[in-house]
Amino acid sequence: MSSAEPTRRDFLYIATGAVGAIGAAATLVPLIAQMNPDASTIAAGAPIEVDLGPIAEGQIIKVFWRGKPIFISHRTKKEIDEARAVPVNSLPDPQPDDARVKPGHDQWLVVIGICTHLGCIPLAHQGDYDGWFCPCHGSQYDSSGRIRKGPAPANLPLPPYAFISDSKIQIG
Amino acid sequence: MSGTSSYQPQNAFLKWFERRLPVLGLVHSSFIAYPTPRNLNYWWTFGGILSFMLGVQIVTGIVLVMHYTPHVDFAFNSVEYLMRDVNYGWLLRYLHANGAAMFFLAVYVHIFRGMYYGSYKAPREVLWILGVIIYLLMMATGFMGYVLPWGQMSYWAATVITNLFSAIPLVGEPIVTWLWGGYTVGNPTLQRFFSLHYLLPFVIAGVVVLHIWALHVVGQNNPTGVEPQSDKDTVPFTPYATAKDAFFLATFCIVYAWFVFYIPNYLGHPDNYIPANPGVTPAHIVPEWYYLPFYAILRSIPNKLLGVVALFSSILLLAFLPWLDTSRVRSATYRPLYKQFFWIFVVVCVGLGWLGSKPAEGGYVWASRILTAWYFIHLLVVLPLLGLIETPRPLPTSISESVLKKRKAGVAALVMGLAIGLGGLLGSPLPASAAEEAEKPPTLKWSFAGPFGTFDRAQLQRGFKVYRMVCQNCHSLRLLSFRNLGEPGGPGFTPAQVDSIASEYKVKDGPNDQGEMFERPARAADHFPPPFENDAQARQVTGGALPPDMSVLAKARGYERGFPNFVFDIFTQYQELGVDYIVAILKGYEDPPKDFALPPGTQYNKAFPGHAIGMRKPLVDKQVDYTDGAPQTVDQYARDVAAFMMWAAEPHLEARKRIGFQVLIFLIIFSGLLFFAKKKVWHEIEKPREIAHGQDPRATSL
Repeated sequence: MSSAEPTRRDFLYIATGAVGAIGAAATLVPLIAQMNPDASTIAAGAPIEVDLGPIAEGQIIKVFWRGKPIFISHRTKKEIDEARAVPVNSLPDPQPDDARVKPGHDQWLVVIGICTHLGCIPLAHQGDYDGWFCPCHGSQYDSSGRIRKGPAPANLPLPPYAFISDSKIQIG
Repeated sequence: MSGTSSYQPQNAFLKWFERRLPVLGLVHSSFIAYPTPRNLNYWWTFGGILSFMLGVQIVTGIVLVMHYTPHVDFAFNSVEYLMRDVNYGWLLRYLHANGAAMFFLAVYVHIFRGMYYGSYKAPREVLWILGVIIYLLMMATGFMGYVLPWGQMSYWAATVITNLFSAIPLVGEPIVTWLWGGYTVGNPTLQRFFSLHYLLPFVIAGVVVLHIWALHVVGQNNPTGVEPQSDKDTVPFTPYATAKDAFFLATFCIVYAWFVFYIPNYLGHPDNYIPANPGVTPAHIVPEWYYLPFYAILRSIPNKLLGVVALFSSILLLAFLPWLDTSRVRSATYRPLYKQFFWIFVVVCVGLGWLGSKPAEGGYVWASRILTAWYFIHLLVVLPLLGLIETPRPLPTSISESVLKKRKAGVAALVMGLAIGLGGLLGSPLPASAAEEAEKPPTLKWSFAGPFGTFDRAQLQRGFKVYRMVCQNCHSLRLLSFRNLGEPGGPGFTPAQVDSIASEYKVKDGPNDQGEMFERPARAADHFPPPFENDAQARQVTGGALPPDMSVLAKARGYERGFPNFVFDIFTQYQELGVDYIVAILKGYEDPPKDFALPPGTQYNKAFPGHAIGMRKPLVDKQVDYTDGAPQTVDQYARDVAAFMMWAAEPHLEARKRIGFQVLIFLIIFSGLLFFAKKKVWHEIEKPREIAHGQDPRATSL
C-alpha cells in the first residue's frame, strides 16, 4: 500500500468517504437553519405605523419594531440648531444632521435606540449634548443621535421609515 | 477500553499529548485494534445502530428543546408551531418521533440476538444486565417523551402509567401524588417529565459507556458461541467491523428515512393530535407499539396489583437470564430444542404486541392470558429445564473452523427467513378484509398521496372557500395565519390576495394609549380569529357539541385499518386515513334506521363511530359557488375541504416528500458504495489467497 499511485481500491474508498462527507454536511443544514428566525418571527417583523400627533415638542417617545426600541424625538428649534451648528468633520462618525432626517420634517428624528457600543438602551435628555447618554459605558449622543463622546464607534442608526402624512410615519 | 495500549503516535505533539492523557490510545485500542470475532453476522451490527440512534435522539432532542415550551397551556401549540414555522422543524420532530421507534426496533433485534446466541452467559452477565438497565431507561425516557406534546394520548398515557404505582399497597397513593406533584396529571407533572426526559438520555449514554467497557473486557460473543482462541479467529475492529457496521447502518437509515419522510405519522396515533383534555378519555387508548407486549401482559391479569407485578417482572426477569438458562452451550445454532423454543418465544412476544393493540375484551383477553402464561413459562420453566435435558450438537473447535464449513448455511437461512417473511405478507388473505371494509371510509384518490404527491392548488383554494362559506361559522383554525395561504406548498394565493383575505377578518388588538382593546382588520401575520369567544360560548351556540378546531383535524382523525392492511400501508404509504374519514363523515348523513334510537340533539351519520353525531349536515349541493367549473356537489365540496384540511394540518407535506426522495436516493447510493467498500475490505478475509505458511492473511497488502 506504499505506492504513491492511487489504485482502483483507493478510488472506491475515496468515493465512499466523499459521499459520506456530503451527506454529513447536508445533515448539518437543518440543524443550523432551525436556529434562524422562524416564519412567525419574520412575519411579525412587518412595518408598523406611528401617529406623531400626540408627541409634544421636546418630547421623545419609544416604540418597538422587530423587538428593537425606536426613539422618535420631536426636536425643539434649539436642538435642531445645535445639531446643525457643529462642524461635521469634528465628529467621530461624520454625518450632517439633514442626512439623518426626512426633508421637510427637520423636527422629527427617528433612530434605533440601541447604543452602537454594546447594545444598551441610552437614556433620553441626558448627557452634555441635549441627546442621549448610555448608562452602561458612558457614550453620549447629541440631539441628532450622533456619537459625540465615549466608547461607541458610530451614530445611532436610522430605521427604514417614511412619512405617510405630516403626522404619521410607517417604520419598516 | 482497558489496559494499556500499544498505540504509539508518530506526530511529536500527539506523543507529548498522549503521555499526559492517553485518550488516543484508548480510542485506538477500543475502536481500531480491538479484536472482533471474524464470523460476526449482520445481527451484530445493531449495537452500532443503537449508538447511532442514541446520538440522533440526543441531537434532534436538544434542537427540539430550543422550540418547545413545557407548560400545559403552550406545549401542544409550541409543537405545532415547531412543525409549521421553524425552519425544518417538521423534519426535526419527525426524526425524533420516528427515531424513538427505530431505536426500539433496533434494541429488540439486539436483545433477541443476545437471546438466540446466548450472549448473556458467563462471562457476559454484567454486560447483559447493563443492557437490561439501558432498556429500562429507554422505556422510561420514551414514555416521558411521549407525554411532552401534550395531546390526548400523552395525557392519558401519563395518567395510566403513573397509576401503575397506585397498585403498591399502603404507599401507592402517596407515591402517585408525589409523581404528579398534584391531585392529577397536570402542569407540575409535565415540567418534571420534561426535565427527566432531557436528563435520562445522558444517563443512558453513561450506561452505554459501561456496557461497551464491559463488552471490551470480556470480548464479543459470536454466532458459534465458541470463544476466539487465536488471532486467526479475530479481525481488527477497524476496518473490518467498521466497514460492516457502516454499510448496515446506512441500509437501516433507508428504513428510517422511509418512515420519516413518507409515513411519519404511521407509528403515532391520531388522538395525539387532539390537545390534552382531562375530562375525556379517548375511546381506545394504547401505548406506543414498543410497549404493547407489556401492556398486553398488564391487561391479561384481572387483579390490579398482580397485573402491575407481572408487567414489571416480565422485564426484570430478563436480567436473570444468565442464571435461568442452565445450558452450557451458548449459541442456539448448536441447541436444536432451544432454537425451536426461541422462535416460539419470539412469536409469543409479537403476538402479545398485537393483542396489546386490541381492545381488552372477549377472545383477546384469553389469548393474552395464554401468551402471558407462556412468556413466564418460557423464562422460568423451559429455560432451566432445557439445559438439563437437551443434547447439544457438537461444537466446532474454533471459529475459523466453523467459518470454513458453513458459509452457505448462513445465506440459506437468510433467504429462508426472507421467504417466510414475504410469504407471510403476501399469503395473508387480502379479500378477507373486504367484508369489513363496507363500514370503513372508502379509500379515495388524493393528489397528495404517494411519494411524489403534491397538493392541487385549485382544490386547496376551493376547499378554503368551502371553509370560509360553511365551516368557519363554527370551527376555528387557530394554528393557521393568513400568511400561510401564500406560502410555498399551499393554496398559492398571491401576497395581494392574502392581504385582501386577511382584511376581511377582524382581530382583537390593544390595549391602545387609552388602555382599551380595539378591533382592527387582520394582517397577513395574524392568526385566523376563532368564531367564538370561548368553548362555553361555542357549546351554547351549537347546542352542546364543541366544534373541534380544524387546524390539525386531518391528522387527528383516522379509523382502524385492520390486519393485513396496516402492514401493506407501510409499503403503499397510505397516510390519508384522516381525509378519507372526513369525506365519509361529510357525506355520511342519512335517515336513521327504524330501530335506531337517536339521542336528542344529534344526527344520524353512517360513518361516525356510534352513528350519533352532534354536527348538523353541513353541506348541500350548490351551496358554495365555484368559479373554476368544478362540480358544485356535496361530494366535491367534501373532497376539497378535506384536501384543504390536509394542507392545514401538514403545510410542509410537499417539501417533506421532495426532500425525502432526495434523501432516499442519496442513502441508496451511499449504501451501495459502502457495500462494495465493505466487500473490498473483507476480500482478503473471506477469500484468502495462497499465502506463505505462518503469515497472517490480514498483513498481506500487496
